[in-house]
Amino acid sequence: MQGKRGDDVTKSELIERIADHQEQLSVKDVEIAVKTILEYMSQVLASGERIEIRGFGSFSLHYRESRIGRNPKTGESVALAGKYVPHFKPGKEMRDRVNDSLHRGSVA
Amino acid sequence: MVDGALTKAELAEKLYEELGFNKREAKELVESFFEEIRNSLEENEQVKLSGFGNFDLRDKKQRPGRNPKTGEEIPISARRVVTFRPGQKLKARVEAHAGTNK
Repeated sequence: MQGKRGDDVTKSELIERIADHQEQLSVKDVEIAVKTILEYMSQVLASGERIEIRGFGSFSLHYRESRIGRNPKTGESVALAGKYVPHFKPGKEMRDRVNDSLHRGSVA
Repeated sequence: MVDGALTKAELAEKLYEELGFNKREAKELVESFFEEIRNSLEENEQVKLSGFGNFDLRDKKQRPGRNPKTGEEIPISARRVVTFRPGQKLKARVEAHAGTNK
């Protein structure tokens, strides 16, 4: 029962929305700021640190054990090293707002 | 990032230091960045940030549940949840870190 979704929001769409909702900064400024934020968040995660944004959620790394994988084409076994993957846990406000929108029957 | 996790305050500090935004602008921008993502998700729109990852929505049907303490059956109501799918670039950067630090 996947409800019909609205259109996806891309980075440039997000930048425009942020710019529309404030007066001082140009779209260009907002664009540089958004790119700086995302780059810094990526750097911080890549260095093994967590990110905690209250009301939004937290990002951390989860470890995946090494395992024996298989090449789907040849069926050959391949040893895959253990690795870290990014993980996001939505915060309470995020969970509640998103879930409430389902019960509002939100149309985009 | 000497101690603890990265927060909105440090992100704002970064905009102030690197881009020369004033402190109020930097703080408001960081705030509205996260707020606009939440607004979009709340409007049933998924958010796709290339190079970083996608915030996707999933609608879950009601399913049977149980109170773990009492064993009583209680249905888990239908809900909409946010999931994050990291992009290739972010995955590669995080993985590379694990390779060099272990």
